[in-house]
Amino acid sequence: MTDLKKIFHVKGNDFTHAGEASVNIKNMLKSIGLDPKLIRRIGVCGYEGEMNMVMHGGDGTLSIEINTDKIILYLDDNGPGIEDLELAMKEGYSTAKDEYREMGFGAGMGLPNMKKNADEFTISSKVGRGTQVKMVFSLNH
Amino acid sequence: MKLSEIVNILEATVLVGNDQLDKEITRGGAADLMSDILAGLSDKCIFLTGLTTIQAVRTALVADVSAVVFVRSKNPPQEVIELAKEQNVPVLISPYSMFVSCGRLHAKGITGLDGKT
Ligand SMILES: Nc1ncnc2c1ncn2[C@@H]1O[C@H](COP(=O)(O)OP(=O)(O)O)[C@@H](O)[C@H]1O
Ligand SMILES: [Mg+2]
Repeated sequence: MTDLKKIFHVKGNDFTHAGEASVNIKNMLKSIGLDPKLIRRIGVCGYEGEMNMVMHGGDGTLSIEINTDKIILYLDDNGPGIEDLELAMKEGYSTAKDEYREMGFGAGMGLPNMKKNADEFTISSKVGRGTQVKMVFSLNH
Repeated sequence: MKLSEIVNILEATVLVGNDQLDKEITRGGAADLMSDILAGLSDKCIFLTGLTTIQAVRTALVADVSAVVFVRSKNPPQEVIELAKEQNVPVLISPYSMFVSCGRLHAKGITGLDGKT
C-alpha cells in the first residue's frame, strides 16, 4: 500500500536549486519521525542522484514513495543516457566537467555510494533517451 | 564536546547557530569533495571545507552533519548564509587553514567520521 507519493522536478545544469528536492525529502522524513540513520541514507542517495541529473542527465524528476514497509526513491531523466553502465558504476569513474569538479563533484563515487546505501538498487539507461534509477529502503530492520 | 568548545578551539566566528552552541560533537570530516562527506555518514559530526558554496550547505543538510566550518577565513556568499539560517544548520568560520583547523580539533579529541583517531 502506498501511503504517500511526492514528485519533485529537477532542472539540468541549475546549480542554484540543485539538491533542493533532496533537502525537502530529508525534512519531510524528519517530520514523520523516521530513524535519523535511515533519513541520512535516503537523503544521501536522493542527493547523489539529484546531482547526477543536474550535472549529467538534464531535466527530470526525483520521486519518493512512502509505504508501510518500505520507502522508494525514483530518479527519471530524459538526458543523454549512459553508454556503459558497468563502467559508470565503478568507483572513481566520472565524466564530470571541470566546472563541476571545482564545485566539489565528479569524484565518481555517486552511483557506487547510492548502491551501497540502498537496500535495493536498480539502474537502467538508454543512450539518447535517459536514465532511470530505483532505490528501495526497507523499514523492517 | 560541545559546539561552543569547537568555536573556542578554532577561535571561530559563528555566522549561524548561536542558539545551538550546546550541540554535542564527537567526530569530524574535512573535504572539498562533497562525495567524501556523503560517503562517510556519521552523527554528531562537524564538516570542514574550503568550498563556500550553496552545495556545501546542501551536502551538510542531507548528510545531517551538526555544523559546517569554512576554513581560512573564507566568507560565504549571502545566499549560503540564508540557506543555513533557514535550514537551521550552524556555520562557523575558522581563521586557520584546513590542515591547522583539523589538527587543532583532532588534538582535542575529535575523531574521524568512522570514529578512528
Ligand atoms: N543521470 C545520468 N545521466 C547520464 N549520465 C549519468 C547519469 N548519472 C551518472 N551518469 C554517468 O555516470 C558517471 C558516474 O556517476 P557517479 O558515480 O555519480 O560519479 P560523478 O557524478 O562524480 O561523475 C558520471 O560521470 C556520468 O558519466
Ligand atoms: Mg554523481
